[in-house]
Amino acid sequence: TQSSWTLSGLENIASMVVDAISAPPAGLTQDFNQEVLTGTTIMAVAFDGGVIIGADSRTSSGSYVANRVTDKLTQINDTIFCCRSGSAADTQAIADYVKYYLSMHAVELGEQPEVRTAASIFQQLCYNNRDNLMAGIICAGWDKVNGGSVYTIPLGGMCVKQPFSIGGSGSTYVYGFCDANYKEKMSREECERFVKHAIALAIARDGSSGGVIRMAIIDKSGVERKVTLGNEVPRFYEGN
Amino acid sequence: MSSIGTGYDQSSVTYSPDGRTFQVEYAGKAVDNSGTAVGLAVKDGLVFGIEKVIVSKLWEADSNRRLATVDKHIGMAVAGLVADGRQLVNRARKEASGYRSFYSQPIPSKILCDRVSGFMQVYTLYSHVRPFGVSAIFGAYDRDGPRLWMVEPSGVSFGYYGVAVGKGRQAAKTEIEKLKLSELTVEEAIKEVARIIYATHDEIKEKEFELELSYISDASNREHRLVEKDVLENAVNLAKAAMEEDSDDE
Repeated sequence: TQSSWTLSGLENIASMVVDAISAPPAGLTQDFNQEVLTGTTIMAVAFDGGVIIGADSRTSSGSYVANRVTDKLTQINDTIFCCRSGSAADTQAIADYVKYYLSMHAVELGEQPEVRTAASIFQQLCYNNRDNLMAGIICAGWDKVNGGSVYTIPLGGMCVKQPFSIGGSGSTYVYGFCDANYKEKMSREECERFVKHAIALAIARDGSSGGVIRMAIIDKSGVERKVTLGNEVPRFYEGN
Repeated sequence: MSSIGTGYDQSSVTYSPDGRTFQVEYAGKAVDNSGTAVGLAVKDGLVFGIEKVIVSKLWEADSNRRLATVDKHIGMAVAGLVADGRQLVNRARKEASGYRSFYSQPIPSKILCDRVSGFMQVYTLYSHVRPFGVSAIFGAYDRDGPRLWMVEPSGVSFGYYGVAVGKGRQAAKTEIEKLKLSELTVEEAIKEVARIIYATHDEIKEKEFELELSYISDASNREHRLVEKDVLENAVNLAKAAMEEDSDDE
């Protein structure tokens, strides 16, 4: 941010004033120029033998829902996925790069890379380009060395391994639920329930999250994808 | 074995009519005339040994070390031009460090081998540089087990169970082939390497030498370590005793 006393600072203020004058009253038009965002709820939980990841399916462009059936769970390799939140363009580009780098690395290595390696590549991209990106990513998957792992790479480009992780705008509404209900050594079914309920609650409260609940269960045999359609999304207290 | 490459050996970029690049071969001669270097991959780790020829009594002990650690888990022994060897070690360290930085993993020895080979090969392509006059023996105790590699001045590399280069390589290889490497422990291998280097050192023709020894094993947490002073002294004593036994048997 520049000082308002420099020449370019004054130009900034001038352009702000021009925009304000020429803009139509808010609410009468849709803001198609706002960046397409995945205002989102994403989540990943590790269990013994794999991970379960989940996300909502709403992509918003301002208040317009650009895509109500988005797939925010992106495959990186056979047993590694990422959950994308933030700018759709940024996260798609980053995921494409990671997919490419990881596939080259797997050829050199001669075997499937670890989830930690994929997370490290995400981190390199997100940290080194932090000024130009808006990407909150959860990298999760299974590898034969560590079993199921979850790594969270939020906005600034830090990378930290967690037993479970939540992200996106909707996650703020379910921190309490997750902290209260997470237990260590949950079974696969318990994890599934945990993820589905958390995302359902987030969708209920967050305007930028909605649509269907997409889940993927990743273990050594590969990936099983599940979709919970709108009418089957768990419902909680909704008043009388 | 040696042939004159008259006319075709002036620069790296010239092939001879029978397809040889003589400059690269001559680089190999620099290796052949240097102090012996030995590497063994055994049951629970690796051992590296070097016959470091002492040119001057005024040298400090431990100077011109030819054993180096790359990252924490890889040991590298160089034979040939020591200065070239140092550059190679530096490059290997950069590769290992860059790899760890990007992938959050220590570099597997196989991948380091590819990197070092590729690097050395480049110097055989141009006439304004010369090939490395070094053969590098290196290895690590990878997740799947101990792995040993050697790269030659041409950039060609192989994986080995046991390898020797330098002056005493013929005799050393004979000794190594007698060993059952897959059954030796690192402790035993340290003594064997010391014995081999002492045995293959030519007392008459050659000057004083210093023995450098290092190892990688579970005991060192799979990290590359120089052999501890007391273990080294013990191994040297045993080696000297073995030589006296041999000379007594007539």
